[in-house]
Amino acid sequence: MNEPRALLNLNNLSKTYGANRVLDNFDLTIFDGEFFTLLGPSGCGKTTVLRMIAGLEDTDTGDIQLDGHNIGQVPAEKRPINTVFQSYALFPHMTVFDNVAFGLRMSGVAKEEIAPRVTEALEMVRLGDFAQRKPAQLSGGQQQRVAIARAVVNRPKLLLLDESLSALDYKLRQQMQIELKRLQRKLGITFVYVTHDQEEALSMSDRVVVMNKGKVQQLGTPREIYEQPANLFVAKFIGEINQLDGEIVEIDGNHEYEVRVEGLKWRLHAEHNFKVGDKVNVLLRPEDVRVEYIDDPHPDQYLVGEVVERNYKGKTLDSLIRLPSGIEVIASEFFDEDDPSFDYSLNQKVAIKWVPGWEVVLPHEV
Amino acid sequence: MAPIFRVGFTGLILFLIYIPILVLVVNSFNASKYGIKWGGFTFKWYEKFWNNDGLMTAALNSLTVSIVAASVATVIGTLAAVALHRYQFKGKALLSSMVFVSMLTPEIVMAISLLIVFMALGIKLGFISLVIGHITFCLPFVIVAVYSRLKGFDMKMLEAARDLGASESSIFWKIILPLALPAVASGWLLSFTLSLDDVIVSAFVTGPGYEILPLKVYSMVRVGVSPEVNAISTILLVVSLVLVVISQLLLREDK
Repeated sequence: MNEPRALLNLNNLSKTYGANRVLDNFDLTIFDGEFFTLLGPSGCGKTTVLRMIAGLEDTDTGDIQLDGHNIGQVPAEKRPINTVFQSYALFPHMTVFDNVAFGLRMSGVAKEEIAPRVTEALEMVRLGDFAQRKPAQLSGGQQQRVAIARAVVNRPKLLLLDESLSALDYKLRQQMQIELKRLQRKLGITFVYVTHDQEEALSMSDRVVVMNKGKVQQLGTPREIYEQPANLFVAKFIGEINQLDGEIVEIDGNHEYEVRVEGLKWRLHAEHNFKVGDKVNVLLRPEDVRVEYIDDPHPDQYLVGEVVERNYKGKTLDSLIRLPSGIEVIASEFFDEDDPSFDYSLNQKVAIKWVPGWEVVLPHEV
Repeated sequence: MAPIFRVGFTGLILFLIYIPILVLVVNSFNASKYGIKWGGFTFKWYEKFWNNDGLMTAALNSLTVSIVAASVATVIGTLAAVALHRYQFKGKALLSSMVFVSMLTPEIVMAISLLIVFMALGIKLGFISLVIGHITFCLPFVIVAVYSRLKGFDMKMLEAARDLGASESSIFWKIILPLALPAVASGWLLSFTLSLDDVIVSAFVTGPGYEILPLKVYSMVRVGVSPEVNAISTILLVVSLVLVVISQLLLREDK
């Protein structure tokens, strides 16, 4: 991999609507050629960031640099950036061909160049045979692909996608995720994707920024964000997570700590610096939790809990286990028909363990 | 029993509403001059109208006023509707409610106020004052027709057009106008109809030198309804009806 080159720099962006601060000194660098995702709950400011990049929204403070040039004052129609809107926003009175050709015509591309480029873009999204249809004659997924073709045909430096898959049904959405990713690799255009769907963000992106209340919560690869969440918000927003309360009882140096969790002492690793007596959250992904029969001979210590719920999910069996402290832990296990200890029943007392090192220890937050 | 009663009742009401018009239309083809008894089928009243120079001049004057007034009202009204829909500005709410106020203003009030304005500005009563008056009462109908059509569209489209490099004028000509066109056409037809058969405002703001058909007819019936008036009315009725139907069809056409 070459050294990544910064394509877009957002410096110190702020935006306030009335008393509502939607964006708060927001900084971000997006690299050339990457698939970047802005992820967060609705109202976190991610769409505002996207619209500012597109030029459809003014900034209160801060500046936007594309390729080292400040584009903050450049109107939307003059920016080499195109957007795929959530509602697709196709022009209903034009054919698919004219929709895709619109941007080229507006920028004065030579007439004889338009048709081949439109055809190429439509073939890329596998709609070559639909050029003469009207948008209303297409399915949602096809309209989505027209919207993508209409944007990429202009060969923008940056393609913005605003929750572009959220209107599609589950199956189609997954298919489009793969297609988008493939398209991005093929075109080499930088994609900036906005979504509230963490699964979508993890599966498509090279890097993700998790946002909440107009601020960056964490920036990293999908794997970093899932496995090393920077704070409780990120941990809870990305996938399911179990949250146990703990207290630092001893420092073993170099980020190794003795932590009391549920009355037992555990030797855990943490990225943060803690003092003895600090309250912490010990976070465990459901798929990292191991559930076993209690009468198994255990070489290491375990928590004891009672199975209160079992949910068969097809691929996995999810068990809800209540610990003596009242905290409930979700364990998600893949089926292993050969494992006799898999078949626990409701109200059964079971042992709970996890692979050491797979937990995340964060400062205590409520 | 109930369905028969319902149908009968509806029929009776429609009959009561339309019997006068029906009598007028039938009489326009009645050879007997007084219309009390049927004297045989004839086109002679239409011919008489055709050969009556005074009436024909008035009819042409009416057509001219209506076409000009409807066209100007459509241009102004369309632009106003686009502005109301697209831009945020001070007094927007007030302006859009004023549109409805002027639609509901009694015509006599509008007629008098227009007359006062023309007097104050020293505008000679005649063609110009008529056209201005007609534009004034047609305008809100165009605005409402175009505005409600624009409201039905996903306005993200306009942002998409900007994003794709379209200037403000391209957005208007390539996106807004083609989408609003059925409503614009319907607004024009409605304005034309309203203008063509207007009596009250016209009576106040026209001068002696410029006669239009509804006023001419009005002065003719003062001395008794002649079969010729029946013929003119029938033509006006048919023209209005056709235009209203077309305008409704245009609006109904799916988006």
